[in-house]
Amino acid sequence: MCGIVGLFIKDKSLEPKLGDMLTDMLITMTDRGPDSAGIAIYGSEAEGRTKLTVQSDAPEAAFDGLDGALAEALSSDVSIRVIDTHAVLDLPAGKAEEARSALAELRPGMRVMSAGDTIEIYKEVGLPEKVAERFNLRGMSGSHGIGHTRMATESAVTTEGAHPFSTGLDQCLVHNGSLSNHNALRRKLRREGVRIESQNDTEVGAAYLTWKMQNGASLGEALEGTLEDLDGFFNFVVGTKDGFGVVRDPIACKPAVMAETDQYVAFGSEYRALVNLPGIEDARVWEPEPATVYFWNH
Amino acid sequence: MQTYDLEANGLRGLNSALQELNGSSNKTAWEIVNPKGSHAIAVGLNAPIDVTINGSTGYYCAGMNQQATVTVKGSVGPGVAENMMSGTVIVEGDASQYAGATGQGGLLVIKGNASSRCGISMKGIDIVVHGNIGHMCAFMGQAGNLVVLGDAGDALGDSCYEARFFVRGSVKSLGADCIEKEMRPEHIEILKDLLARAGADAKPEEFKRYGSARKLYNFDVDNAQAY
Repeated sequence: MCGIVGLFIKDKSLEPKLGDMLTDMLITMTDRGPDSAGIAIYGSEAEGRTKLTVQSDAPEAAFDGLDGALAEALSSDVSIRVIDTHAVLDLPAGKAEEARSALAELRPGMRVMSAGDTIEIYKEVGLPEKVAERFNLRGMSGSHGIGHTRMATESAVTTEGAHPFSTGLDQCLVHNGSLSNHNALRRKLRREGVRIESQNDTEVGAAYLTWKMQNGASLGEALEGTLEDLDGFFNFVVGTKDGFGVVRDPIACKPAVMAETDQYVAFGSEYRALVNLPGIEDARVWEPEPATVYFWNH
Repeated sequence: MQTYDLEANGLRGLNSALQELNGSSNKTAWEIVNPKGSHAIAVGLNAPIDVTINGSTGYYCAGMNQQATVTVKGSVGPGVAENMMSGTVIVEGDASQYAGATGQGGLLVIKGNASSRCGISMKGIDIVVHGNIGHMCAFMGQAGNLVVLGDAGDALGDSCYEARFFVRGSVKSLGADCIEKEMRPEHIEILKDLLARAGADAKPEEFKRYGSARKLYNFDVDNAQAY
């Protein structure tokens, strides 16, 4: 099954409420995916800085002194904000790749959830409500966000199997469905130099989009490519620094509903997820067409 | 008129209250408020009651209906009126996938659009869609009528048996063994009746009829290679 929720804010006055609205939507989708949950939030940006969100199963030991150690390794200033099993490392812009290599040496076993100017990804095993509480998702603000509740099919119930997946700067993807050609595609993308960390099918979908965009495709063109190159069932909702996109496979057996008002664009696996959004009674509500790419930009 | 607040009182309470009327002949009227996209609203009814749902619903609304008239003042999720036996289900908005699937009787009216697989494996239900329908509609349709005032998507009537399809707009493609057929006077009569009962403002003469070429019915030795 799996549940997807997404919210792309058009009216800036709603940005402080992004986390609160997405959390309600996410919890409503618990019975579509009770084993793990995750959220990508596109939050604040600081001039000349970039963010790395990391996760550890032993956060106390992993995050203790990490800012100092990383600052030394990068010879630049680094600050850390710890949130439960996750931490957001604030670095000078352009240092994300170097930091990733340094972290692999400093804290083997620690996972990088996301890297980019505005993106932060939080995901864990457990009921969506509990996951949201652990990271205080309700308190988060931002311009857009994507959430996922997981019922695992293609790989184990683990933190790294949870969505969203991020395989490029400020990019993320969530998926409802299952891909059947992910092994062959993973091998191909790895040969092309794309980093893929797990055995999960969805991560291959995310990596595919990253690879397309690295080779000059726009988000819309990359999404179009999934219709040709991916085999299986998928509803994808993707985020970039300023964009939000949706695509469904041509069979379109996985459910999807969208709503748009002057204030926001919203995605839900079911209409239930959207019912408490402001002005939903007068929103344009529709089912996205199969094999059709939708995207919005700020 | 009985009013039931679904958000306050829950789904089981509603369905058991409505199912308690099964077998009775009292024509009572019910209004359901705050459906908020919930699943399985007003399922398994078997009495000539009127149920109005004020808002949009989730999966399987009015499934397995017999006798009752269920009106949804909003849109419905997947599987509305699935396996309906008799009665009427009216959706004022749009319907998601497999509307009226496996329906054996009764009338399903969708005033907006229906998406993919509308009327899949229909077995006697009549479905009237005022808007468009998506792909693979009436796949393996066995009996009944599917009337579409707008356009039909890909693979209409794939592998169909004796269900009839009437489409006023365009058909993106016909499925395997589905062909356009002659519109005879008896079909005009069927269509006239269905359009009137569905409150549809359209003339039967504007439609084309599609149905089975009956080539997939029996084993054909010339096709042995294909099996």
